[in-house]
Amino acid sequence: MKKHEEPPGRQQDTALPGGSSNKKMLGGNALQNQAPILVMDGITKEFPGVKALTDVHLKLYPGEVHALMGENGAGKSTLIKVLTGVYTFDKGSVMLEGRPVRAATPLEAQNLGISTVYQEVNLCTNLSVVENIFIGREIMKRGRLDWKEMTRQAKELLKTRLNLDIDVTKLLSSYSVAIQQMIAIARSLQVSAKVLILDEPTSSLDQNEVNQLFNVIRKLKQDGLAIVFVSHFLDQIYEITDRLTVLRNGKWIGEYMTADIERLELVSKMIGKDLNELAHTEKKSGKSFENNNLLLQGEKVCKKGKIAPFDLNIHEGEIVGLAGLLGSGRTELARLLFGADKADSGEIKINGKKTSLASPRQAISRGIAFCSENRKTEGIIADLTIRENIILAMQGTQGWFKHIPKKRQIEIADEYIKLLNINPPNPEQLIKNLSGGNQQKVLLARWLVTNPKLLILDEPTRGIDIGAKAEIQKLMLSLSEKGMSILFISSEIEEVLRTCHKIAVLRDHEKVSEIENARHITQKDIMEAMAGGHTEQKNNKEAIAGGVAR
Amino acid sequence: MTKGLRVDTKHLPLTATLALFVIMFLFGSLRYTGFFSTQVFLNLFIDNAFLIIVAVGMTFVILSGGIDLSVGSVIALTSMVAASLTMNAELPPVMVVPISLLVGTVLGFCMGCLIHYFHLQPFIVTLAGMFLARGLCYLISVESITITDEFFNFMASTRIPVGNGNFISISVIIAMFVVAAAIFIAHFTKFGRNVYALGGSEQSALLMGLPVGRTKIMIYTISGFCSSLAGLIFTFYMLSGYGLHANGLELDTIAAVVIGGTLLTGGAGYVAGSVVGVLILGIIQTVIVFEGTLSSWWTKIAIGVLLLLFIVLQRIIVARSSTSQVSAAAN
Repeated sequence: MKKHEEPPGRQQDTALPGGSSNKKMLGGNALQNQAPILVMDGITKEFPGVKALTDVHLKLYPGEVHALMGENGAGKSTLIKVLTGVYTFDKGSVMLEGRPVRAATPLEAQNLGISTVYQEVNLCTNLSVVENIFIGREIMKRGRLDWKEMTRQAKELLKTRLNLDIDVTKLLSSYSVAIQQMIAIARSLQVSAKVLILDEPTSSLDQNEVNQLFNVIRKLKQDGLAIVFVSHFLDQIYEITDRLTVLRNGKWIGEYMTADIERLELVSKMIGKDLNELAHTEKKSGKSFENNNLLLQGEKVCKKGKIAPFDLNIHEGEIVGLAGLLGSGRTELARLLFGADKADSGEIKINGKKTSLASPRQAISRGIAFCSENRKTEGIIADLTIRENIILAMQGTQGWFKHIPKKRQIEIADEYIKLLNINPPNPEQLIKNLSGGNQQKVLLARWLVTNPKLLILDEPTRGIDIGAKAEIQKLMLSLSEKGMSILFISSEIEEVLRTCHKIAVLRDHEKVSEIENARHITQKDIMEAMAGGHTEQKNNKEAIAGGVAR
Repeated sequence: MTKGLRVDTKHLPLTATLALFVIMFLFGSLRYTGFFSTQVFLNLFIDNAFLIIVAVGMTFVILSGGIDLSVGSVIALTSMVAASLTMNAELPPVMVVPISLLVGTVLGFCMGCLIHYFHLQPFIVTLAGMFLARGLCYLISVESITITDEFFNFMASTRIPVGNGNFISISVIIAMFVVAAAIFIAHFTKFGRNVYALGGSEQSALLMGLPVGRTKIMIYTISGFCSSLAGLIFTFYMLSGYGLHANGLELDTIAAVVIGGTLLTGGAGYVAGSVVGVLILGIIQTVIVFEGTLSSWWTKIAIGVLLLLFIVLQRIIVARSSTSQVSAAAN
């Protein structure tokens, strides 16, 4: 198997046992000595026309963190929903502590001791923390709610089980998503959960918050809870989980010790093919764009409360990465360049001419396209077809009354379906029936049709599977070779390093450094710039200066 | 953001409503002689007792994220049923009162069931309820039915002295009892908290295993019951049943609840706020009466302006709390 190139960097990587030869189906392991707390056996679930799960197994031991791995559409969510009583299953059995169970509603599952914390925290932000923990199981005293006792217990629960010392009488909405997630976990614990399912808990957390969550998970593990962990982040899987089960296309692929399966192998199990293709998107060597035409030049552009004044030059054909933690001001910066927000001061020049970007319409007319981060809410129009979604932006630039013949529309759609490998390759398919990765591709196509000079991509690869990710990265590189400039926002540093020519690092709503991507630049360099720190900062800047000087 | 400020944001609509009430009362007192008296204040309650009761029911509905457009018609229908049972069927009040109360309760229950089981929009279902109830009034009689029953007379004219020659009516006692019960239900029972949770996010409430369906049906039943109770009190007040009674009152009620600081999107607000909301509507009318020369339509104009102000205020609060949320997440 060809090893896919991965820049060294995050500490977790080094903790991995190397070599793929020692992988095995779960064998003599300490966990085996215990009886499993949950056994799902031969689970089959059919929806009209689709077999969502075929003969799937899942075994959980107390005190383990178990990853459920698979691409989008592999059946992870369905399996979780079966387990938590949202769906019923057609065939198979679920045994909890040796007894067969069959939860018909989430409430029944909760009462059995199976709780789920979803990606979007499913609590009520308009209620206080105490209420969120206790609602549905309130403590009564003489016919009325005993707020005093509930407050006391909530405080104690958060403190002893989660190391969280917060004011529990405040509204949930006054806390960050990370804390809200902990509170959701606390709610599950309050029902004395035996099995806790964390569905993509980290996707909207920054690194600090992830660490905080992981500490909690480790503590709960010690307390003997069985935890199912679903995440797209491989690093996190290797950091926190003990074992993992891989699903693909609704089928059970295997169960492995996390420490025994190498990344590359895991990924190939998930997508069911070699990752040779991924290896093609090698890290860009320091290619200079100084001589290319300067497409966009931002000077001291600033919006109060959103982003501190920044300079940014984007040359023709250059891919500029925006790295930074969640909430560091990446999207805010991009929105200024797209005219979605108006800058307070500073100036933006396009092709040397000073321009005001006061609205997205103006930005579009100057050849800027923006592919937004929330494809669900800001991007796709679910009930339209692939063709209609692709044509939208083009229609916008052409004027709404100029009709584009349907034949021409289909031609265009077909062209991009082929170019981007959109699946299913049917222009009349409704976009809501597509997987996340394919929806993303349609969005990309929508902007590519307008033939922009600068394409802003805000987290285009978030939440999509690895195969689609690689395709999008490859596409970016080929667009850049054709002379299109790209501003690429991503939380995955590795991805930024692999695709970008230049990387602007943001921290706390400020552009803190700009790094020419040369061969010796590693994830660690970028991470340091992103994280900042008090004493290192100076060294950091020197290192970056060195990087720029090459 | 400091702790103090955030608590302020939470209570801001209620505080604003209270402050507005005080300001309007002071304005009236300074401008008109005889305005500043306990009895003028108590009259607000006497004249609006029925509105307070409907507003309490409506508060639960709006807190849960719904709306009930049927309340005005239910008041009319209740007054019609009460009047015809008393005057035409000559039933004793012991029977008339419970039957009248059932009218709205049953209708509310049915609307709740429709909304829950068929996943229908509360707006449409209660709009249908509104037409239905109004139409049923005329089925009973197209004419106004005047009530000359002793019990009704007693309820209408009894003055309960509260010292210094001031008095309140029996309806005020009933209304205050309803308000107290509603505050208890909202804050000290499981049902009350479920209502807030439902208004916060129905999806979350479902996933948290809360009895969403039962709560929803209960909410509309309560609103229906409150409308009927208000209808009875309205009948005591008017001493007649008529199909045109309380025409458009549902909108006054919604206005009072919103001015009282309850978010139309649900999830935030207080029963007490709605009471103050009703009092504000009442004081506008009182001011106009004292002014003497103004047409009563000025009430509508004032309500319109206030409603706009409060909706904008709510919008600002929601926007502000969501930006504070973002900055909290970013930290």
